[in-house]
Amino acid sequence: MTTATAAPPIGAAPSREPGTGVARGVHDVWAMTRRNLVHISREPTQLSDVTIQPVIFTALFVYIFGGGIPVPHGTYRDYVLAGMLSLNLVTSTMGTGVGLSSDLHEGIIDRFRALPMWRASVLVGRSLADLTTFFVCALIVGVTGLVVGWRPDAGLRPMVGGFALVLFFAYSLTWIAMCVGLNSKSPESAASVGFIVLFPLAFVSNAMIPTQHMPGWLRAVADWNPVSAVTAGARQLWRNPNPSATINAWPMQHPVLAGLAWSALILAVAAPLAAWLFRRRTTE
Amino acid sequence: MSRGMIEVEALTKRYGKTQALAGVGFAVPAGTLLGLLGPNGAGKTTAVRVLTTLVLPDSGRATVAGIDVVRHPYQVRRYIGVAAQDATLDRLLTGRQNLILVGELSGLGRQLARARATELLEQFELTSAADRVVNGYSGGMRRRLDVAASLVARPPVLFLDEPTTGLDPASRQRVWETVRQLLAEGVTVLLTTQYLEEADALADRIVVIDSGRVVADDTPRELKEASRSARLEVVLATASPEAASAVAPLVSGPVQVSDDGRRLRAGVDPVPGLATSIVRALDRAGIAVDNVEVRRPSLDDVFFALTGGHLGAGISGEPGSTAGPAREGARS
Repeated sequence: MTTATAAPPIGAAPSREPGTGVARGVHDVWAMTRRNLVHISREPTQLSDVTIQPVIFTALFVYIFGGGIPVPHGTYRDYVLAGMLSLNLVTSTMGTGVGLSSDLHEGIIDRFRALPMWRASVLVGRSLADLTTFFVCALIVGVTGLVVGWRPDAGLRPMVGGFALVLFFAYSLTWIAMCVGLNSKSPESAASVGFIVLFPLAFVSNAMIPTQHMPGWLRAVADWNPVSAVTAGARQLWRNPNPSATINAWPMQHPVLAGLAWSALILAVAAPLAAWLFRRRTTE
Repeated sequence: MSRGMIEVEALTKRYGKTQALAGVGFAVPAGTLLGLLGPNGAGKTTAVRVLTTLVLPDSGRATVAGIDVVRHPYQVRRYIGVAAQDATLDRLLTGRQNLILVGELSGLGRQLARARATELLEQFELTSAADRVVNGYSGGMRRRLDVAASLVARPPVLFLDEPTTGLDPASRQRVWETVRQLLAEGVTVLLTTQYLEEADALADRIVVIDSGRVVADDTPRELKEASRSARLEVVLATASPEAASAVAPLVSGPVQVSDDGRRLRAGVDPVPGLATSIVRALDRAGIAVDNVEVRRPSLDDVFFALTGGHLGAGISGEPGSTAGPAREGARS
């Protein structure tokens, strides 16, 4: 026993002081975020859903559907840009679930579990790293929009506000995506579940087409879909055509507030759920 | 039982139908190295995973630095370093980034984590590969980086799960040197291995487990005593019931005969000319011999000597290991 105390550098001293609380959490999250950003930089092809896809989708919708879909009081390209932002961001969240699922199959998770770190930093770090890619996505959607003729009619603050509203919503969705990833046996199944959840979510909304043309029951779903709220909110803030404003559903009357509420609600439910699933998944 | 830096009592863990641990107990005094030996599937890794807070035991008790691993896993993690059997590295980061990440997540500041990474990369001769992505590392390089990662935070208790599997002899020697130095600094080490030689070179005490049970708990010296004799293996051209009695006078202990009757095994004193005497004895009995082998003791033989069973791997044509009554060494 004497040997343990005879060696100053090692001894029986623990490697880390406990209970530094928030500061420790921030430190761990920052380390994990950087790790995930390095991952993204190593496999840039995985970024195609936030770089190439937004360009293609935006151009396709404006040029192919643009002529065929009438939008009251404006043009389809002015209408659809907020929808393109929503569509691209919502579908990119799938990558978060897939990425987490593949992480769980790597040996590194065992290393993390044996370290005196805040475990949830694995989740928070991933969500933040993916959020930075969402900023890239939003930028590309905006620039592509300007190139194809999208013209917002708002000051700087509502402009930023519109983007922030959709980004916050996408961030909340990353936590649902992580729940899916934590419940999936493989990254492939996480991707297929993601498709099943995210595509209807993005399409049964006012993102690409005014809901007025949908059948009654589908229209009710679409008007209460959070994607519709954030999309209409961005349109309202950017002063782009927003046909949903005439719809007599509460979220369509108050889209910004509804969008924020939906995002906060999703985050409040999905984040603790993801933390719980992560603990369950990593307990043997 | 003396108080140890690592203490394990009556640990059990079942995975479905497999009883991975069936009441394992041992203790590792501070500043010493315990070698945990056993065949694949014996429960070595499960024991390490319980002690490193990765697996919850079904029953029993385990403490590290006096802290219960089930009740206070976070506290335990502050004292331990782990080099697991499957390299637990981030394949998309460089070697240096891996070590810095582990350092930061162990609570070191960024500066300290960087300095420590550089130091360890040098120590494990990975400096030239430091800024390459781990995906491109050889198996041996990953193994070394994994051991390096376990040392980042200078933990007082170290778990090395087969740290030299897949390493070339020179790298193995260097890992051994590192371990010896850590022991000299007062670190407590639990090392699992399939190499008797490795346990012999490093361990103060050896615990042999098989099928989730401790079958021996001895010093290396006592263990080697138990397996001092060489092993004789004879393959006959055709099975013969008289073969066992023909070689019996020349061997020590009982002669084991395989199911097909063609293969004889026994412990022997490796006297000069032994193989010739064996062949002659069998020849006199009119038995034709295909092969005679006198081998130095292997880990398999240690198991044989200790348990009357065998290691399972490498020997065919015999029923599964039904070890006889465990021969327990002097347990403190």
